[in-house]
This record gives sequence, structure tokens and C-alpha cells, in this order.
Amino acid sequence: MSQIPVDLKYVSTHEWLRAEPDGSFTIGITDHAQDALGDLVFVELPEVGRDVAAGEACAVVESVKAASDIYAPIAGRISTVNTTLIDAPEQVNTDCYGAGWLFRLTPAGAADTGELLDAEAYRALLDQGG
Amino acid sequence: MPFIPHTPEDVQAMLDAIGVTDVTELFDEIPPALRWSRVEGVPPGASEMAIGRLMRERAAKDGNDLCFLGAGAYEHHIPAAVWEITTRGEFYSAYTPYQAEASQGTLQLIYEYQSMMTALMDMDVSNASLYDGASALAEAALMALRLHRGDVRRIWMPAAVHPHYRETVRTIVEGQGIALIEVPYDPVTGQTQAMALDDLPDAAALVIPQPNFFGRLEEVDALTDAARARGALVIAVVNPLAMAVLKPPGAWGAAGGADIACGDGQPLGIPLAGGGPYYGFLCCRSEHVRQMPGRIVGRTVDRDGKTGYTLTLQPREQHIRRAKATSNICTNQGLMVTASTIHMALLGAEGLARAALSSHARATALAGQLAALPGVSLRFAGPFFHEFVLTLPRPVAPVLASLADVGILGGYDLSAAYPELGHALLVCATETRTAADLARYTATLSSILGDDA
Amino acid sequence: MEKTEATLRASVSPPLIFEQSMPGRRALAQAPSVAEPWEDLPAHLRRDAPPALPEVSEMQVVRHYTRLSQRNFSIDTQFYPLGSCTMKYNPRACNTLAMLPGFLNRHPLAPAARSQGFLACLHELQEILQAVTGMQAVSLTPMAGAQGELAGMAMIRAYHRARGDLARTEVLVPNAAHGTNPATAVMCGFQVREIPTDASGDVDFAALEAALGPRTAAIMLTNPSTLGVFERRIGEIAECVHAAGGLLYYDGANLNAILGQVRPGDMGFDVVHVNLHKTFATPHGGGGPGAGAVGVGERLRPFLPIPYVLKEGERYRWAERADCPQSIGRLSAFMGNAGVLLRAYVYARLLGAEGMARVGVYATLSANYLLARLREVGFEPAYPERRASHEFTLTLKGLTARTGVTALDVAKRLLDYDFHAPTVYFPQLVPECLLIEPTETESKQDLDRFVAAMAAILAEAQEAPERLREAPHHLPVRRLDEVRAAREPDLRWQAPAVSQP
Repeated sequence: MSQIPVDLKYVSTHEWLRAEPDGSFTIGITDHAQDALGDLVFVELPEVGRDVAAGEACAVVESVKAASDIYAPIAGRISTVNTTLIDAPEQVNTDCYGAGWLFRLTPAGAADTGELLDAEAYRALLDQGG
Repeated sequence: MPFIPHTPEDVQAMLDAIGVTDVTELFDEIPPALRWSRVEGVPPGASEMAIGRLMRERAAKDGNDLCFLGAGAYEHHIPAAVWEITTRGEFYSAYTPYQAEASQGTLQLIYEYQSMMTALMDMDVSNASLYDGASALAEAALMALRLHRGDVRRIWMPAAVHPHYRETVRTIVEGQGIALIEVPYDPVTGQTQAMALDDLPDAAALVIPQPNFFGRLEEVDALTDAARARGALVIAVVNPLAMAVLKPPGAWGAAGGADIACGDGQPLGIPLAGGGPYYGFLCCRSEHVRQMPGRIVGRTVDRDGKTGYTLTLQPREQHIRRAKATSNICTNQGLMVTASTIHMALLGAEGLARAALSSHARATALAGQLAALPGVSLRFAGPFFHEFVLTLPRPVAPVLASLADVGILGGYDLSAAYPELGHALLVCATETRTAADLARYTATLSSILGDDA
Repeated sequence: MEKTEATLRASVSPPLIFEQSMPGRRALAQAPSVAEPWEDLPAHLRRDAPPALPEVSEMQVVRHYTRLSQRNFSIDTQFYPLGSCTMKYNPRACNTLAMLPGFLNRHPLAPAARSQGFLACLHELQEILQAVTGMQAVSLTPMAGAQGELAGMAMIRAYHRARGDLARTEVLVPNAAHGTNPATAVMCGFQVREIPTDASGDVDFAALEAALGPRTAAIMLTNPSTLGVFERRIGEIAECVHAAGGLLYYDGANLNAILGQVRPGDMGFDVVHVNLHKTFATPHGGGGPGAGAVGVGERLRPFLPIPYVLKEGERYRWAERADCPQSIGRLSAFMGNAGVLLRAYVYARLLGAEGMARVGVYATLSANYLLARLREVGFEPAYPERRASHEFTLTLKGLTARTGVTALDVAKRLLDYDFHAPTVYFPQLVPECLLIEPTETESKQDLDRFVAAMAAILAEAQEAPERLREAPHHLPVRRLDEVRAAREPDLRWQAPAVSQP
């Protein structure tokens, strides 16, 4: 049974997102996603300062046999990236909601989080085989 | 039935097992209107004896000339052991080493190849090879565009790069809206001029040939530094044999060398063979490896901790990344790399250097003899590797035709690709040409040109 | 299955050639006897230290690489039921005759007058390929299937541009297609639109119709498809795509299924590529060289890549720019993989018209036989209602659910039984797939032995699944740590640091 913390928001492409006190959002991939990909060997992170649209591919995670695009759940500017993943991509496998976070972004205005899933809705999505 | 082992009894038993009475039933999902009633336009089958006779007759018509043609394909001595081993069925008829446990031979060999090629180029990483030198240059250009930080869709391409390479690059990159900006050569020295870049718009990379198409050595340090100063990457396109004696791409310039080194591996154990198969090599600095196209082999361990080899970094490739792959390339030229690896192992650094130096000495001797003929001169001043440009007193094509009539391939006529050079002929001599060969060429050319006088 | 002595020998890993090196040792017979000086070489262009290549004797080299060769599976030693790869026998005559000295020594830029033997072979091969594909002209220059695709899509792009139709920027690709198809379309500047596959393995026709329009440049199809079934509505697909103004690209990966039986030109395709290393039996060489000749209909003829061979009277010559000003241009420095083309030519002549007609028939017979026998012993076809073409797909999803044994485990276990594994990473649409292609050159007895091995493995999967998960057991190495290979790339040997006294 995949872990789905209740305090996070989710998107159907298996990214999670957490609102930070400074108004930015931290983004990573879910337990389900890391499990499906298997041992990660490489993470390609976006450039800090890049503006991304909601749904835009802005990072890549690679396992031995697969590569998967990571989509920005909301629009904004990349403010920080988790550079420790460059040498230790396995953190995404071992701690996907903690040390395995991917990047933070700052929304341009009020973040449009209306479309995002809560834990319950994401669980339902997984149960349907999504 | 050639190569089909089935006996009539086998066929019957197979049909019975399938549950059909006739093989045509197996095609019942194909609309009948599409079926080809009878193979037409193909000659009847013939025995190995008959085709062997035909091929020997045809081969006898070709390839018997005394060759002073280079222009990207060079006749060098290839030790007998190279192709004896390369054509062993276990190398020759093996598939791509996707099943690593059943392909340790090919995989270890490619790892050794990557080690040799990076040593020769003084670079960090080599892939397992690409199709040929020209297409490798195209892949290098695409790779440089992916690596370049700016949104520049241009490559600086010297006019002194092989014209066929330039055309191949154009064909392959054109669809992606990439422009090749020509960098002129100095009409006196035949070298690409670093200063010429000042007048050109920015580009993602500069291609630097060594030696260039005219055989001339380029000022690789100055060109590398000039490209860097403009924020461009450096793509070296080099003759790998020459790298046994010339400064390798990894050492070019003041800081860090070229970003990508590529070229054709043909001079390392591959016969002329009418143009192919050869192979393209591609090396890069380690920080660029994720953008490198083609297969790469890595060393790792198995479940018992024993050393083994496997294809690695595969998510760059088309079979996983599909439309987002670094290239559509699927294959490497595995068998050619097999030959080249054995060739490099046999010659070693010293043997390769001797072959290169000996080629240079033959070419220098020939240039001296030919340039002494009346009306003939060396077109460019300065050092060359094993090729040089001559200016003849009259159009090149008929001279080459007269030489061919007596079994001498006199060189490559530059007048179509470089009309500004006039009656210019590119001539090559390698270590395989003897003093008698040089004398024969000189005497024959002298007599052909003398007919004019 | 125990092969203790063989296992012992195989377990001794050959050291790298670099590790056998001794300073000062050389294969003296192989290089010029003296190092001649290069007097005018400026110091700043000179290499300052020799490259770290091995220093070994000729016998060491011969023994080392001979031993490495013995650590490979190959067609010459094993059955390779590798789907979509057409691992048929590579006749030895093709190699011997392509390596005659006259062919090996011919310089690629030698004048046509001194190359008539070679040009005659190429011209005849062009005509043979034209005939069996039902096309109007052929260029042999592409160096692999993927380069044939690139040539084909570049021609389609050039065709639409020549007509001033710049709106056609989309290429339709079935989601069952080989990965090179979308990668090629992108390389040629197109956007890819994936078309789903229906439950029977055919293209979803309604989705195709909905996707067609004024932006459609082409559709890329493999037929029989990569799922191992014939696209039955190909005639209607061709009509619809043409009516929408698009062209049809035929990926020849599976031409062996229909060689001599059906021609892509008759199905309505405008351009094809033929993998000569599959259908025309040239060797795979451990991963190349291949050759991906392209054939075109009348509309695309002006755009064919150069060089190709023209015949005038009894003389052959290269087509030049003046002959085809609209050509997409060159794809290689010289004439593609010329030696591969000679091998394919010899094969085509040995087969002849009657031999070629048999290829598709016996490839199809063998595949359907193998499918029937494997069903008999308990394997599940992915498309049970369909005929096999020259290959077919099994799905092990039931077995995986019951035992945890995956397609990869079965593939690795087959290696222990001395059979190469079928294709398992493809088609991606079928869970736990085995794509199996026996080819026409394997005998019934060899197919039966393969069935027996598969049946034994199926029994093992129920009784001792861990044995499969740990397979292979009898090869030079066990399963490799690919995660480590990717996380800590070790991509070349490096000389150990010299310790300073």
C-alpha cells in the first residue's frame, strides 16, 4: 500500500506538492511513482529562475529502463532545486516526501490549486488503476 | 530450397499442428486483392558456384588500381589477424548485446574500444560508435545544440571540412531548423582562420577539423580558444590515426580541450571497401554524457560480485525515450568496432604512431617529387599530414582520366567543391605506398603533362 | 543442466587487454619498422605523451579476442527467436564474396569506369528491392533502418514543401510502433501524434480518422505490426490518409513476414525502408552495421537520397546532383554500408525469385507452428484470435500474477537452456510480453527443442520460481547490477596511478 500523506496535494501525473510558509511550493514524486519506476539512477532538475506553466515538463527522473517527465503542477518560477539528488538520486526512492523532494517554485500570483487532488482523491485515483 | 531446412514431412506435421491444410491459409487475414501472384523482377535463383563466379569476375574489374586517393578514406596496412578474428561467427552473427549475460564477449570488447578511443582522443567518454564519420559529425552538431545554454540554432562549419561531411550534416540537421554558417579558409595557408569568427553571428559550436580536408594542420589551440571566447562549444572532427602523433582534442586550447571529438574510424583497421561499412566515433567530456547519442557500455558486477559488462545509460535512447530520445539512432557499427579494437591492440601506441609518421613521410616525399614537375606546385604553405593540394597547369579531370587509364588513381579533383582553387588536386600517400609507387606516379604524371608541352 | 567443468572455465573472467599489457612489448610485424621523423611539425600541435593503449604480442591479441568471442551467443551457435529482429542464418558465401580483394580494395571515390563490377551489383540490388517492395525507385545509401526512416521522413517533408504545403507538420504513429518511428519524426522537425491500437491489435480506425486533417504529413506504419499481426484494414487506411493529403511510410522491420507474398507498394505505401540485416540476411555483427535501403513511389522519386546507381546502356554511373536537384542529399560520406549491400546482393541472387517467394511462406509457417505448440504447452497468446505473421506475442501476465515470475525471468532462464531470449522489452503495449520470431531457417526439430525448453521453464515457474528469478545460472556472468552501472558509470579503463618512489 503506497504512502499518501494527508497534508499534501497531488496531481494525476503522480507529483505531490506542499505549500511552504513563504508562499512557495515544494514538489516531488509520490511513493507510488517511485515504486513504479524502480531504483532511480539520475535526476535532471530545472534551472533556477525558469518560468514554467502548469503541466509543463520541467524535470526528468530516470531508472535503469525508464525515463519519466515531471510536470509542474502549477505555474510559477523555479526558486530552488534539490541538488543533493545529483549525487544521490536514490533519495527519491528512500524518502520521496522528504529528502527526495525535487524543486520549489514560487507562483506568479495567487496559486491556482483548485484543480489539485487531496490525499483521498489521489488514493481513489490509484485504486482505479490510474 | 536455399537456407530453408524443412522437409515435406516436416511441413505436413507443422500444418497439422496448426490445424490448416495448406500454407496459403496462414495468409487468410491478408485481403486477397493485395496478394502478389508471382514474384516478378527478380532473376531466378542460382548456385553458390555460379554466383561465386559472377562475383569474382566483377571484383576483378575493380580495386586493382594504385591508389593516391584519400579524401576521407585511406588505404593502410591491416594485420591479417584483424579480420580473421572479426569474422568469427560468434562476433559476426551475434545480435546487439541487450542480453548482457549472453553477450559478455561483445560487451567487454566495446568497453575496451571505449577505453582505447578515449585514450587516443584524450577525452572522458566514448560511445560504442555511430554509422560513419559524416553522420557522427551530424550527431555531434545536434548534441552541441542540446548542450548549449543559449537558444542558438547555428553551427560554425569551416569550408575546410570534407564537403561530403558538410552535406551529410545539412541533410540530417535541416529538419530541425539548424543553420550551418560557413567559416572561410585562408587562401594562402588553407587553414581555418580564428579571426574569421569575428564577422559571423553567434553559434552553438565550432567544428574544428584536424587535419582539414586539404590535409593541412589547423591551429587547433587558437580556434578552440576563439570559440570558447564567443561562448560556443568545440567539436573536433579528426583523423584518429593522426592523433597518435598530433595533439588530441582533449588537450586543445587553454582550458579543458574540445567538448566533443568525432570522426571516421576507417583508418584504424577498416578496408576501403567501396565506402563502407566504416564507423563513426564520438567522444565527449564526462559532464556531457547524458546528451551523447548511441549505445554506451559500462563495467559493473553481477549478483556474485563478479565483474561484468552491460549497456548502460539507456534511457537516452529511442527504444525508451521514443520521441524525446537524444537521437533516432538504434544501431552502432559493432563489427567495425570489433576490427578496430583488435587493430589498435595489435599496433599499440607505437605502431599507430609509426603508421602515421610513415604516411606523412611518403606524402612529403611525393609532394616534393610532384611539385618539382614543370607547372605543378603545392597550393598551400605549411605542414600537412598525409594529404596535400597540388595546382596543375591544366584542368584536373582529364589528367585523372589519363592516370586511371594506366591504373593510377591520382587523387581527388577539388574543382567542383572548391572552384576558387582553380586546377587543384588533392593527393594522398600512406605507409602502404613504396618508393617505386611514388616514382611511377611521378613519371606517369610527368609524361601526361608533358604531352601538352 | 549441470555443466560443472564448463561453468568452471566460464567463471574465469578474461582480464582486459590493458591488464595483459607489458611495457615495451609489441606486435612487431604489424607496423612500419622505423618511426620516421616529422620535421616541420610545430611543437604546439604535437602530442606530448603516447595514448595509453595496450602493449601486447600478436598471440596475446589473437587469444584474447578469440576467447571473448566465445563468451557470445550468435546465430552461428544458438537459436535466436528474437522478435522483430529476423535472426535468420547469414550465409557464409555472402561474406566471402563481399570480401573479395577487388571489392575490399576499391576506393569509394574511384571513378565509375574503374568500379563497374561494384556498380553492377548495386544497380541489380536496387532493381530487386524495387520489385519486391512494389516501388518505383530505390536508394541503397541509408546505413541502418533508423537512417532509412530518416531518409523517408525527410523526403516526405521535402515533398510537402516543394508543393508549398507548409501546414503539414504532424506525423501519425501507432502507439505499437518501434521507438525509432517517433524519434525519427521529431528529428525531421515533425510533431508526433500517437494513434491507439484496438483490442485485436489493429490500428484504432476511428481514432485514426479523427486525427487526419490538413496538418497530417504522413503516417508511419509497420505491417505486419510490431505486435506480430497483419493490419487488416491497410487498404482503407491508405485511402483515408491519401484523401487527407498525407503520405504513408512503411517501416520494413517486418518485411520478412510477407516477402514475395505482398508488396508494400500494393498496400498503398509511398515510401518504404528495408532492413537488409533482417530480411536479406546480412549479419548483425553484434550491433551493426546494418543497411536501410529506401524505396519510393513516383511522387517521392525526385527526393531520393544520393548516391544511387544509374544504368546507361551497358555502363553504370552514380546519380549526381544534376540528375536529381531536389534530392534530400547525402546521408554518409560515401556509399552507405557498401559491403553490407554486396552481402545482401549475393543473398538475393542465391535465393532468386522462387527462393524469395518461399521466405514469407516458411517464416509464417514456422511462427504459426511455434505459436500452436506453445499454446499447447500452456502459454497464452496476446492476440489469441489472430494468426501469427512471421512472429507473435505471448503474454505472461497470468503467470506473473500466480508465481511472480516475469517475462524477463523466463528470458534469462532460456539462456541457461542455450537458447537466446525472445524480445521482452517490446511491444510495450503487452504486459509481460515475449515477442517470438523463429525465421524460416530454423528446422522443425530446433523449434521442437525450444518448445520443450519453454515447457520445462513453465513447470519450473510453478515449482521453483526462485530458480527463474535468479537465472541465468550457467552463463559467464549472472544478472548484472545495472543500477550500479548507471549510478556510478565506469565507461573506460584507466591506468592505475603510478606510485611515486
